[in-house]
Amino acid sequence: MKAPLALLARIPRWARFPLYLAGGMSVLALARVLTGAQQLTAENTMRSAIELSIPIAMAGLGGLWAERAGVVNIGLEGMMILGTWFGAFGGIAYGPWWGVALGVAGGAVGGLIHAIATVGFGVDHIISGVAINLLGVGATEFLTSVNWDGASAKESPAIPESLPRVDLIPFIKDPLRDLAGQGRFLLSDLADFFLAATTNISVLILLAGALFPLTYFVLWKTPLGLRLRSVGEDPDAADSLGVNVYAMKFLAVTVSGALAGLGGVSLVYLFAQKFQSGQTNGRGFIGLAAMIFGNWRPGGLVVGAGLFGFMDSMQSQIDETAHALLIVAALVFVITAVYTAVKRRWVPTGLLLATALGCWYWYASTDELPRELIPYFPHFTTLLVLVFASQRLRMPAADGKVWRRGGR
Amino acid sequence: MKRLILQFAAPGLAIGFALLVSALMLSITEYSAAEVFNVIVTEGFSKVYLIETVNRAAPYYISGVAVAVGFKMNLFNIGVEGQYKLAALFAAAAAGAVSLPAPIHVVFTLLVAMVVGAAWASIPAILKATRGVSEVISSIMLNAIALGVGSFLLGRWLRAPASVSPVVGTPSTDPSARLPTLNGLLNSIGLNIPDANRVQSYILVAAVVGVIYHILIWRTRFGYDLRATGSNPEAAGASGVNAKRMIVTAMLLSGGFAGLIGLSNIMGQAGRYTDVSVVSGLGFTGIAIALLGRNHPVGIAFAALLWAFMDAVQTPLSNAALPKQITAIMQGITVLSVVIAYEVVRRVGSRQEASGLRRDTTEGGEPPPIDGTSPKVVPA
Repeated sequence: MKAPLALLARIPRWARFPLYLAGGMSVLALARVLTGAQQLTAENTMRSAIELSIPIAMAGLGGLWAERAGVVNIGLEGMMILGTWFGAFGGIAYGPWWGVALGVAGGAVGGLIHAIATVGFGVDHIISGVAINLLGVGATEFLTSVNWDGASAKESPAIPESLPRVDLIPFIKDPLRDLAGQGRFLLSDLADFFLAATTNISVLILLAGALFPLTYFVLWKTPLGLRLRSVGEDPDAADSLGVNVYAMKFLAVTVSGALAGLGGVSLVYLFAQKFQSGQTNGRGFIGLAAMIFGNWRPGGLVVGAGLFGFMDSMQSQIDETAHALLIVAALVFVITAVYTAVKRRWVPTGLLLATALGCWYWYASTDELPRELIPYFPHFTTLLVLVFASQRLRMPAADGKVWRRGGR
Repeated sequence: MKRLILQFAAPGLAIGFALLVSALMLSITEYSAAEVFNVIVTEGFSKVYLIETVNRAAPYYISGVAVAVGFKMNLFNIGVEGQYKLAALFAAAAAGAVSLPAPIHVVFTLLVAMVVGAAWASIPAILKATRGVSEVISSIMLNAIALGVGSFLLGRWLRAPASVSPVVGTPSTDPSARLPTLNGLLNSIGLNIPDANRVQSYILVAAVVGVIYHILIWRTRFGYDLRATGSNPEAAGASGVNAKRMIVTAMLLSGGFAGLIGLSNIMGQAGRYTDVSVVSGLGFTGIAIALLGRNHPVGIAFAALLWAFMDAVQTPLSNAALPKQITAIMQGITVLSVVIAYEVVRRVGSRQEASGLRRDTTEGGEPPPIDGTSPKVVPA
């Protein structure tokens, strides 16, 4: 029996993502049929999952750029905060597209500061990141108080104008709605997903989505990308081949900040329509986790961000839907158990099956999932992935190491 | 001597730079920097706000020490945030559930907090030691999970009945679990502190933590191993230090200190855990303070006082209709520029050392005596 992962590797890259999507949707569809929680895959659930995954995905993409060049960016949270403030400021003062531009620029400034500290001065990456997070909170609170309404203001006024929303493929809307309404296994669920992904969708989401293929192309298909990644793997070798290591790292970390800034902007324009202190709520860290979940690759990051966005959307769901999550978890554990059984690793198989049984028992013996715990499902998932898959993860070889030319 | 001056120059320069930038920001936003600094100096050093500074400094100091224990062996305990929150909750609940004579009750509360903090810190420690999971990422996740677990436990099991208290929180502890204020003591030595301004005795707990930290890290075998592992893991490993065990012990110790951070208000005025009686963010502040104080027990004390002072002057600033958040910017810039300054100083220092070594071995420098008077090296 060939290892399943080797089989997976033979599937061409472009085909893998639809496969993951189909796999994830079938688990959800199965859980929906088993529990009767129809909202689990409803169009509005899918829509809010997609919208909530965007800020996480952008932060993660920011992390990807920085870490591919060997700089750990734990300051993503602070850069996101700068993005939210400048995004709202630009939106109020000049209009929404200026808001997007200023938010991205604000994040980029945060990234530049991180680059100056870590690359220019050789400060420990984590320390600089923590400092930038502190600075982001302080700076935005100060700017809020001097710009809008006195000393205790924690939020901006509402942004008058929003970014446009579009229907991508208007003519399939009605047939899809029809299919979604029929409650067929998997087909209706996929229809719901496509409706959420193509109709009434913010241009900001389209922009964010386009950045994934773009990142893949730039980092993996251009000479610049090769140089940038070589700096993250072995800066000395890259240096000896004439790559300007400092310039590459500066570029990567600044882009990283700009992407985190865009994540902040998306928080402002997709949800609150204004700046609020504490709006990011740790999403920069979650983005970092999604990137690790995705093994430092754009495709994996999409899967991770989608998973976290979906969990995030469960907070605002009715009890029945959140309760059905236990069955989703049980199914995931069973599938993983099948995988480990194929690899003849019986101890993890037993543990996974026991956990699945536990989830099922929890589902059967209660009527709801504790509401306080739902928001923390993504964090818990990340922890599990780190514990059980950390041997499979491979980060850039020189990630997090301070590099000085000539070793000084 | 030169190095000593460099050491003190770094934080000085950083604070100066922070003041400069904040003055610049104030003048851009059309506030008078002179007015702001005037309020900070005149009001900040008045008795009321100095007391406020001292009270706030105690948890900051403990938090700084908790982080510093990790730093001493290149471990990042970013999870202090979650550790102290959970510890404070459990300690408050435990203290409220039992009645004991005063000194035992106090010690019991402190111990519960330390055990819970250490237990929560043991998760990233064990994950790092056994599975190689980065403690930074796992602690960030655990910080968030701690919030969820805390509010879950508080909401369902640990809260005082709504008939007793409408505010969600643990039951109030007996007076025997509270620490007295220091007002009486200070008045007796002629300082004349008004009763309205409580000087909390938690500062004494912080002082004890500082002494224990110093003894453990610089005066014991364990501390020596810990520092050795931090500065050269290979050498420490070769000399027989079990790196994995050190990771777990250091994290447990750090978590144990972290457990004490949130108790100052619970054992002081509030007497119970509520969402407001324990402030959040102290863990991240602790990282900044440990950096500022260079992991040194006295340095951390100065850093904690400075940080607390900048917090305390927010009140007079906002009373004077000035933007109080400017001090938060000062804090952020201070910590960022101080780490840069330390890094530059370290590099200048090591370059001087290297060039000194070169000079000694090539020109000048006393050649080693050739006759038998040089000390014999005895193999251990």
